[in-house]
Amino acid sequence: MIEVQGLTKRYGRTVAVQDVSFSVKKGEILGFLGPNGAGKTTTMRVLTGFLPPTLGKVTVAGYDVMQEPLEVKRRIGYLPETPPLYPDMRVMEMLAFAGRLKGVSGNQLKQRIAEVSEKTALSDVPRKLIGHLSKGYRQRVGLAAALIHNPEVLVLDEPTAGLDPKQIIETRKLITSLAGEHTIILSTHILPEAANTCGRVMIINAGKVVAEDTPENLTARLQGYETMNLVVEGPEAEVRERLSRVTGVSRVSPSQAGNGRVAFAVQTVKGQDVRKELARAVVESGWGLLELRPVGLSLEEIFLKLTTTESADDNAGENSKETAAS
Amino acid sequence: MKNIWIIARKELAAYFHSPIAYIVLAMFTVLFGFIFYSNLRDFMMEQFLAAQYAQMYGQLTPLNVNESVIRSLVYAIAVICLFLMPMITMRLFAEEKKTGTIELLMTSPLTDLEIILGKFLGAFLLYASLLVLSLLYILILFLYGNPDGKALIAAYLGLVLLGSCYLSLGLMLSTLTRNQVIAGSLGFGLFFMLYLIGWASSYSTGQLGQLANYISFTTHIDNFSKGVIDLRDTVYYLSVIGLSLFLTARSVESVRWRA
Repeated sequence: MIEVQGLTKRYGRTVAVQDVSFSVKKGEILGFLGPNGAGKTTTMRVLTGFLPPTLGKVTVAGYDVMQEPLEVKRRIGYLPETPPLYPDMRVMEMLAFAGRLKGVSGNQLKQRIAEVSEKTALSDVPRKLIGHLSKGYRQRVGLAAALIHNPEVLVLDEPTAGLDPKQIIETRKLITSLAGEHTIILSTHILPEAANTCGRVMIINAGKVVAEDTPENLTARLQGYETMNLVVEGPEAEVRERLSRVTGVSRVSPSQAGNGRVAFAVQTVKGQDVRKELARAVVESGWGLLELRPVGLSLEEIFLKLTTTESADDNAGENSKETAAS
Repeated sequence: MKNIWIIARKELAAYFHSPIAYIVLAMFTVLFGFIFYSNLRDFMMEQFLAAQYAQMYGQLTPLNVNESVIRSLVYAIAVICLFLMPMITMRLFAEEKKTGTIELLMTSPLTDLEIILGKFLGAFLLYASLLVLSLLYILILFLYGNPDGKALIAAYLGLVLLGSCYLSLGLMLSTLTRNQVIAGSLGFGLFFMLYLIGWASSYSTGQLGQLANYISFTTHIDNFSKGVIDLRDTVYYLSVIGLSLFLTARSVESVRWRA
């Protein structure tokens, strides 16, 4: 549904996004996880056609963002970080305006407004001025406006930022319920949020993709393992067999082979530095050790950043979830 | 076309949902009403004097309502608008940039030109309602006098063109900033300066003076106010409108690459 290849975006000399590539399948929820200023918003703005990419190719539903922006825009519902709402409009007026902008009109518009406001629980405030609404309601109006034309793709920039814990849970539920029908990209800087709602998570830091995996694998990697990249000159099967016998190593997966060299990703138990043992094992067997590099570290640093700055929020979210459940 | 109308309707509604429209229309009616009253009073005095002369010398020089009243009223509208137009245009883009709603417009399936023309049309409709209000005053003249309707139409055509110049230039200035006050003061400063150079150069004969006279918006309303539709003035106004809208389009586009 969405294809991004080698996307780079520069503002003057600062590089906001560098060489990002990914693709999203129909009905999937992809989460962008990263600290503030990582390039999440910029990536989304390029996807929605608000900003042109400096380099790279972005296609949505088969249409190039640069070549056929109108076709792309027709198929995307976008909720920016601050919902783009006119404070002097009433909720229904805002939804009607957003609908007309997206090319919905007449009876269909009426029907869509009713559907969307029911989905986002706005039916009780149709005549309220947006300027008088609370942050949570405004966020919902923004989401309703993004959904009004029933877009194939939904791009949500921090949809739960600034909401109270109860609203966060409601919004997450709503987003999960929308998946399948819509392809969703959402951004967050809260790890548990990504884990709860997204089918796949992409961690972005300083404009680059650091990791991409399912939330389960990412969390497992974070909690239980550290990963080493190892390049060895030697017979693949034997090296692999020898490496997995080193104490502390839990999994060895070959990533690439060629030229008589094999590159391995070695998962080790966290907190146990096995680099010395790995090196000794390779050297004692008479193979050449070309590279030994821990890769989990940068990822971990980011997680650390994410979890420490947002831990207060998370706890609040989790607590209220418990009370809601009980 | 449909998209232009969607934007125009939204802009017009925004003017009337906020105090802007009411303030602009109220200020206009008060100022114009005062000028209308004093012009009419002067005209009555002249009329009275002319009648006295006629009695004394037995010869009546008829006074022309178009020439003595309507012409100066049209000029008055041009000057009042110089103050009021920036109030109409300053919010058009600056506000959307400030609140972030520009993201909604620019990620909707609309072209930049449709957005710009829609906003222009919305502001123009408010200006048109202001012109309609001024016409109500002038209708009073038709009740008691016998002004030339065709000349009046020409004068209002001139006002439509002049107002569109103000609006398109103000619209352009509004794209340059996210601060309404800056957009408004730039617009007012520019319009006032254009007025001043026209006023200051009205008696000068040098080349520079003629150029200044040509550049000023208000000097071109003169022929229209007399009931003369001069091609030169029409072309001048249309080029200013076209250039301003073109610059607006470039400026809106630059948001996409400038950041």
